Amino acid sequence: MKRTAVLIILGAFAFAQSASAQTLKTVKDRGLLICGANGTLAGFGLPDAQGKWTGLDVDVCRAIAAAIFNDADKVKFVPLSAKDRFTALQSGEVDVLVRNTTWTSSRDTSLGLNFTGVDYYDGQGFMVRKSLKVNSALELNGASVCVQQGTTTELNLADYFRAHNMQLKSVTFATANEAVKAYDAGRCDSYTTDASGLAAERLRLANPNDHVILPEIISKEPLGPAVRHGDDQWFDIVKWVLFAMINAEELGVNSKNVDEMLKSSNPDVKRLLGTEGNYGEQLGLTKDWVVRIVRLVGNYGEVFERNVGSGSPLKIDRGLNKLWNKGGIQYAPPVR
Amino acid sequence: MSMHLTRAGARGRPAFYNDPRIRSLAYQFVLCAVIAFLVYGAVANAVDNLRRAHIASGFGFWDASAGFDISQTLIPYSAQTSTYGRAFWVGLLNTLLVAGLGIVLATALGFLVGIARLSKNWLLAKCAAGYVEIIRNIPLLLQLLFWYNAVLKSLPDVRDSIALPGGAFLNNRGLFLPAPNFLHGFETVIVAAGVGLAAAFGFGRWARRRQERTGERAPVLWVTLIFVVGLPAAVFALRGFPLSFDYPQAGRFNIIGGFEVLPELVALLFGLTIYTAAFIAEVVRAGILAVARGQTEAAYSLGLKPGLTLRLIVVPQAMRVIVPPLTSQYLNLTKNSSLAVAIGYPDLVQVFTGTVLNQTGQAVEVVAITMLVYLTISLVTSLVMNIYNRRVALVER
Ligand SMILES: N[C@@H](CCC(=O)N[C@@H](CS)C(=O)NCC(=O)O)C(=O)O
Repeated sequence: MKRTAVLIILGAFAFAQSASAQTLKTVKDRGLLICGANGTLAGFGLPDAQGKWTGLDVDVCRAIAAAIFNDADKVKFVPLSAKDRFTALQSGEVDVLVRNTTWTSSRDTSLGLNFTGVDYYDGQGFMVRKSLKVNSALELNGASVCVQQGTTTELNLADYFRAHNMQLKSVTFATANEAVKAYDAGRCDSYTTDASGLAAERLRLANPNDHVILPEIISKEPLGPAVRHGDDQWFDIVKWVLFAMINAEELGVNSKNVDEMLKSSNPDVKRLLGTEGNYGEQLGLTKDWVVRIVRLVGNYGEVFERNVGSGSPLKIDRGLNKLWNKGGIQYAPPVR
Repeated sequence: MSMHLTRAGARGRPAFYNDPRIRSLAYQFVLCAVIAFLVYGAVANAVDNLRRAHIASGFGFWDASAGFDISQTLIPYSAQTSTYGRAFWVGLLNTLLVAGLGIVLATALGFLVGIARLSKNWLLAKCAAGYVEIIRNIPLLLQLLFWYNAVLKSLPDVRDSIALPGGAFLNNRGLFLPAPNFLHGFETVIVAAGVGLAAAFGFGRWARRRQERTGERAPVLWVTLIFVVGLPAAVFALRGFPLSFDYPQAGRFNIIGGFEVLPELVALLFGLTIYTAAFIAEVVRAGILAVARGQTEAAYSLGLKPGLTLRLIVVPQAMRVIVPPLTSQYLNLTKNSSLAVAIGYPDLVQVFTGTVLNQTGQAVEVVAITMLVYLTISLVTSLVMNIYNRRVALVER
C-alpha cells in the first residue's frame, strides 16, 4: 500500500506539466493572477477579517494584475509559509512569489528562481524583553533565540553567534506565528527576523512596550518578487511592473494626478505613461500599462507609506528605501 | 492403442502456454516490466523537468555545509562544520528517540487504562471509558498544541526556576538535570552490571526449571536484586566511586551545564503517549474480552486470585488478539511524531523536509529520502512485532 503511494506520488510529480513557458497566456486565459504571499505579516501580506488582503508585497501583485487586466482585484492570494514558498513557485502552484523573500545567489540559481528586483531593502535584527536590560545583540551570549525555519534568518543567526564567539540556543518553528507565540510565552530571550518583520510582530505581542528592537542589523535582506526560470517574458513583466512603480514616484506620477499627467509634455513621463512609444506592447502588455498600475494601485512611495510607512501602524522610516536621489538606494532603470 | 496413449500424454502434460505456473510467472514478469518502465519513465521525466527548470538535482547537497542550528542533537553537530547529511542523522535520531520513548510509555498507559475499563470498580471503569472517548476524538495536533502551551504557560520563567532536590532545575525552557561524568574505572562497573544481569537471568531459568520439576520455589527476587544491584554497587564502591556530576547552574540568560530535556520533547511525548494510549487501551480491552469467560471461571475454580488470573491466564491468551492491532498503533505513533513540526521539536520532518528541503530546494530528493526512512522504520517495527507475534501465537500441540 505504502509502496503504491510512493509510486503514485513520484509519478504524479514527474508527469505533472513542466513549468509552462507561457505564464502570461496562462494568466490571461485564467483571468486571474495567482500570487504566493505571506498570510500573517502585517505590512507585507495579511488578509483582514473580510478576506481583503493588504501589504506592500500584496500591492506589487495587485500592480501586476492591474497591468494585465486593468483590474487590480483579479488576483488570488495563496498564503505560504517560509518553508513551503519555493516549492509552491517551482511546482507552478503560483505564478509569482511576492512574500518578503530575500534575494540570494543560491535561490536565484539552484532553486530555479529568478528574482525580478527589490521592493524592500531590509536587514535582520533582534527583539528582546526590556526587563533583560540588553542593549546590544553582542550581549546575547548564551541566549535562547526563537526563529522561523526555511529562512535566511536561521542561517544568519548561526553565523552571527559563531562570528562573535557566542553560545546560541536556537528554537526553530515552522511559522512566524508559532515562533512569536513561544517568544511571548518566555520560551526564548530573543526573537529574530527581518527588521520590518520585527516591527510588525512586536505590535502583536501581549505588551508591545515590554519589548525593544536592538540596534544591530546583522545582514542584508533585499526582499523582492521571484518567478520561475524559463519564461523570459513573464520575468520581464514582473520586473518592469516594480520598476514602473518606482519610476512613477521619481517622476511625480501618483494615483491622484495620473490623469492630469497624461497631458504632460515631459518626455520621460510620456514614455512611462505610454502617450509616446509602445513600451508596454514590447512587454506583451498594453500602452497604458503604467497608467493602470498607478491609477489602481499607486506609485512605489504611495504603496510604501500606505502599508509600512507613516500611513500604517508600523510607521517604518523609509531609510534605504528612499529613492536614489532622495538619499536612499531605490533606483529603477528608465522606460525607453 | 497408440491414440489412447497420445491422449493420455496430452492430459498429463498440457502445452507450456496452458501451464498455470508458467502462465502466472509470465503475467508477473510482464507486470514487473510495466511497473519498471513506469518508474523509469517517472524518474527520467522528473530529472528532465528539473533540469529544464534549472533546479538542482542529485544528492550532492548531502555533503554541503548545513549552516543552521538545531536545538536538540544526540550526536555532535554544529551549524558551521556539519553537513546536511549530518543534520539528517540528527533529525532521524530525534524521531527515533521520541518514537521509542512514546511506544514504551503509551504501551504501559494503554494497558493500564484498557484493564481499568474492564474493572468491576464502577468509578474506575467510567473514568477509563471517559479518557478513551475524549482523547480519541480530539485531533492530535490540537492536543500537542495544548500540551506545549500547558508546559510553557504553567512552568515558571528561567529566572524563577523551580529548584528540584538533587541539583535539578525546572522552568519553561526545560528540565535541567545533573549530567553524569564517567571517570576512569567506570567501565568495570558496566562490566559488573552486565555480568550481574546475565547471572540473574541464568538463576531465573534454573529456578523456573526446578520449580517445574519439583514444585519448590527459590528466592528469585532477592537473588536477582543481589546480582543486578548489589554486584555493580559493590564494584562501584571498590573502584572508589568513579562518577561525578556536572550540575546545572543559573547563567545570564539560561540554565547552563547539566543535561537538558527540552519542553518541546516533553510536550510531544505527553501528546503522543496520551493519544496513542487511548487507542491501545481499546485494543487491550478487545483482546481481553476475546478470551472466553470459561477461562477465568476455570482459573477461579482452581483457586487463583483475580490478579494472578489476569496475569497468568487472561493476558497471555489476550496477547494473541492484541499484538497485530498493537503493531499498527506503534506505526501510527511513529508517523504521528512528525507533527513535532508544529511545536518546534527538531524531528526528521522538521529538520530535513523542513529546513534542509527549503535551504537546498531539492524537494524530490528530500521527500523521497524521508518516505524511504518512514517506510523502513515501519517495516522494521512490523518485523519485530511479527516475530513477537509468532512467539505468542497459539501453538497447536
Ligand atoms: N527574508 C527572509 C525571511 C522571510 C520570513 O519568512 N520572515 C518571517 C518573519 S518576518 C515571516 O514572514 N513569517 C510569516 C509567516 O511565516 O507566516 C527570507 O526570505 O528567508
